[in-house]
Amino acid sequence: MHKKMAFSFPDEVLEHVFSFIQSDKDRNAVSMVCKSWYEIERWCRRKVFVGNCYAVSPRMVIRRFPEFRSIELKGKPHFADFNLVPDGWGGYVFPWIAEMAGAYPWLEEIRLKRMVVTDESLELIAKSFKNFKVLVLSSCEGFSTDGLAAIAASCKNLKELDLRDCEVDDLSAHWLSHFPETYTSLVSLNISCLGSDEASFSALERLVRRCTNLKTLRLNRAVPLDKIANILRHAPQLVEFGTGTYTADVRPDVYSDLAGVLSSCKELKSLSGFWDVIPDYLPAIYPVCSKLTSLNLSYATIQSPDLIKLVSHCPNLQRLLVLDYIEDSGLEVLASSCKDLQELRVFPSDPFGAEPNVSLTEQGLVAVSLGCPKLQSVLYFCRRMSNEALVTIARSRPNFTRFRLCIIEPKTADYLTLEPLDVGFGAIVQYCKDLRRLSLSGLLTDRVFEYIGTYAKKLEMLSVAFAGDSDLGLHHVLSGCESLRKLEIRDCPFGDKALLANAAKLETMRSLWISSCAVSFAACKLLGQKMPRLNVEVIDERGPPDSRPENCPVDKLYIYRSIAGPRFDMPPFVWTMDEDSGLRLS
Amino acid sequence: MEGGLVLLGGGANGGGSGGSSGFSTNESAMSEASSYPAETELELGLGLSIGGPTGKINKASGRILTAKDFPVPRRASMNGGTPPSVTVSGTKRAADQSVPHDSGSPTATSQVVGWPPIRSYRMNSLVNNNQAKAPRAEEEHKGINEEEEEDKAIKDGSKLKKPNENLGHIGFIKVNMDGIRIGRKVNLNAHSSYHSLASALDNMFLRSAGAEKQQLTMPSKLLDGSSEFVLTYEDKEGDWMLVGDVPWMMFLTSVRRLRIMKTSEANGLAPRFHERNRTQRSKLI
Repeated sequence: MHKKMAFSFPDEVLEHVFSFIQSDKDRNAVSMVCKSWYEIERWCRRKVFVGNCYAVSPRMVIRRFPEFRSIELKGKPHFADFNLVPDGWGGYVFPWIAEMAGAYPWLEEIRLKRMVVTDESLELIAKSFKNFKVLVLSSCEGFSTDGLAAIAASCKNLKELDLRDCEVDDLSAHWLSHFPETYTSLVSLNISCLGSDEASFSALERLVRRCTNLKTLRLNRAVPLDKIANILRHAPQLVEFGTGTYTADVRPDVYSDLAGVLSSCKELKSLSGFWDVIPDYLPAIYPVCSKLTSLNLSYATIQSPDLIKLVSHCPNLQRLLVLDYIEDSGLEVLASSCKDLQELRVFPSDPFGAEPNVSLTEQGLVAVSLGCPKLQSVLYFCRRMSNEALVTIARSRPNFTRFRLCIIEPKTADYLTLEPLDVGFGAIVQYCKDLRRLSLSGLLTDRVFEYIGTYAKKLEMLSVAFAGDSDLGLHHVLSGCESLRKLEIRDCPFGDKALLANAAKLETMRSLWISSCAVSFAACKLLGQKMPRLNVEVIDERGPPDSRPENCPVDKLYIYRSIAGPRFDMPPFVWTMDEDSGLRLS
Repeated sequence: MEGGLVLLGGGANGGGSGGSSGFSTNESAMSEASSYPAETELELGLGLSIGGPTGKINKASGRILTAKDFPVPRRASMNGGTPPSVTVSGTKRAADQSVPHDSGSPTATSQVVGWPPIRSYRMNSLVNNNQAKAPRAEEEHKGINEEEEEDKAIKDGSKLKKPNENLGHIGFIKVNMDGIRIGRKVNLNAHSSYHSLASALDNMFLRSAGAEKQQLTMPSKLLDGSSEFVLTYEDKEGDWMLVGDVPWMMFLTSVRRLRIMKTSEANGLAPRFHERNRTQRSKLI
């Protein structure tokens, strides 16, 4: 019974309407309304986001979205950041580039996170996409400056080259000279991860000078302080700037040069870099501090008094990354000076020291939570915590969307009561109703997971380590957290029961990582057999899991939903639990 | 307190597949669990919906095992150095750190892979900061050695060492082995001697079950030249050298990456012999 709509719009009109819808979630929702909307939407989707590169094949993406201009891909699981994923695990981008090179000569933007990118891939990008504009590689590896040279030489319309947190084989800094003299379209350049000792300053200077639209420039540590002035002189329009090493012999001429050039950068909103800071040179940035919204001092090994001075100059700060040298006293100053603060990350300066080297405790976090009404995202490393503090934090800052707390010593109890921190984290999830991301630490029992399952309804990503007593903990999370997309667990006593009882839940999530827990090989096989749309991958460097008894726990387990079936590029230490045999070697 | 912990490292209960009474209890519990038919014990709760009742544990669908029922069996390569009172999980260190760290480690925390959760580049930067003051002596010593060498690379003025300069890739560095496509990474901070490093590399490349079928003999021969492979490294100037000739600390300040090279290819690669061989480099990637 098909009733023709009296007011059905022509496709062009619908397409125009859809063009205002940018977010993937909304686009996906639009495409599910009806068949004709699905068809129209897929032809006009310009940006594709693939959260797990193994969830779908390149060919499937290309088939569904014939005209996209921008793609974002993510590869390895998050715990790869902490060396829990062995080298060679996967996440190769080359197959994607190869498929797109044929189908999409007009591709403009590629954004990759935690993927293996080879020089070959970069060369193929340079060769295949004539209008290529944006390359953002975040936490990627596998390529060298030779690949970058290819990009520089061929991509005439390149606007953005961002290599944040990548591991690059630094063969030569001369890749920068491969940008032709006629090339002027650079808007954003982030080479902060590069390590080469010899930086090609003149090429860099010339590049900056002729690219008058340059808004973001993040240099690497090798660029000495006295060279910065020369570079900045030609780029007063910069909005975001990252210094190189911030130390030099103290010379008044270098100082005044630097201060002068910095103060002429009227648009500067974000500063970073600051390796090896010498406090004498810090006042050079005071003139720009009042406009700063983002400040990354997480490499600056300066002490609290200098940090306090700096931070007091920045009333408009929205984002601060800093080492724990700032101490509780510095955070108190931050709380009173920076009322616009939205994001704070405090990193440990001496994570492996047996004793605390600075006076940074839970008090600093409490101060900031009480004093900064807009604070919504926190990453905080400290050595002690109390339920009382966490409850205070939760009550005063219910607008947290990301709360990541790392108490450095695993299983540390409430230092006041010696109890587990269940109640504290329970308060966080209870009061912060919009919490999307949570990382737990300290001494925690199954109780905390009961709270999380009950209250954390908007939680999308949860990181758990050294916590819980039994499968009940995992069961609470899997059965209660409705919005859960990513779950990563290590060193917890979670085993087969909870996993298998909640198998269906796993298809609603992007991925589950579980390592050094108690999940048996038998359970993995069963899961793989019964859930064809899940890839159940066992990672075990001790050798094939079937060389041990079935009830032996596997070392690492990575489960993700996929419509592409098991992958074929697994290294020797990864086994997929297949529906057919239950075991397949790569 | 001890009983409640599931994953205990080494210590009083004995490591490895030992015969302590504690372990045999574990074994019986394990076999008990595995004797249940798969259908009933390991039941899939496919009927459970996501929006279902929260916090309500369906006790009818079988007893949820607690830590006491289903403890983790000891793993062979347990962290031998961890004292029993430590509450840190005895997480097996990744293969590249499987060598027991005999020279006492500062705290238990540093024994655990990936904890605290800090990115490598940040760790390396911290290490560099903490060590930046120390090996000044090494750098001066190295300067003297370099003057003695004949064919060294022409050095840019900007390469002169500054006191706070980035000491390079101390921390995780790459290791490749001839014949094996996939490289690995090893954490130099976890080793205090060439012997320790070589043993770790042995475990990583020559004995891992997943590696290509090469039945090489046991003790680390990488250092004494008696195996068919030899351990080399690329230093900060890009030259390839044999590992083992300079003092360990000096090695740490100059190593960029490692390569386990076939002895046949390493002929002529004497300790002080510089070979700016870019083709070798491209082979590694």
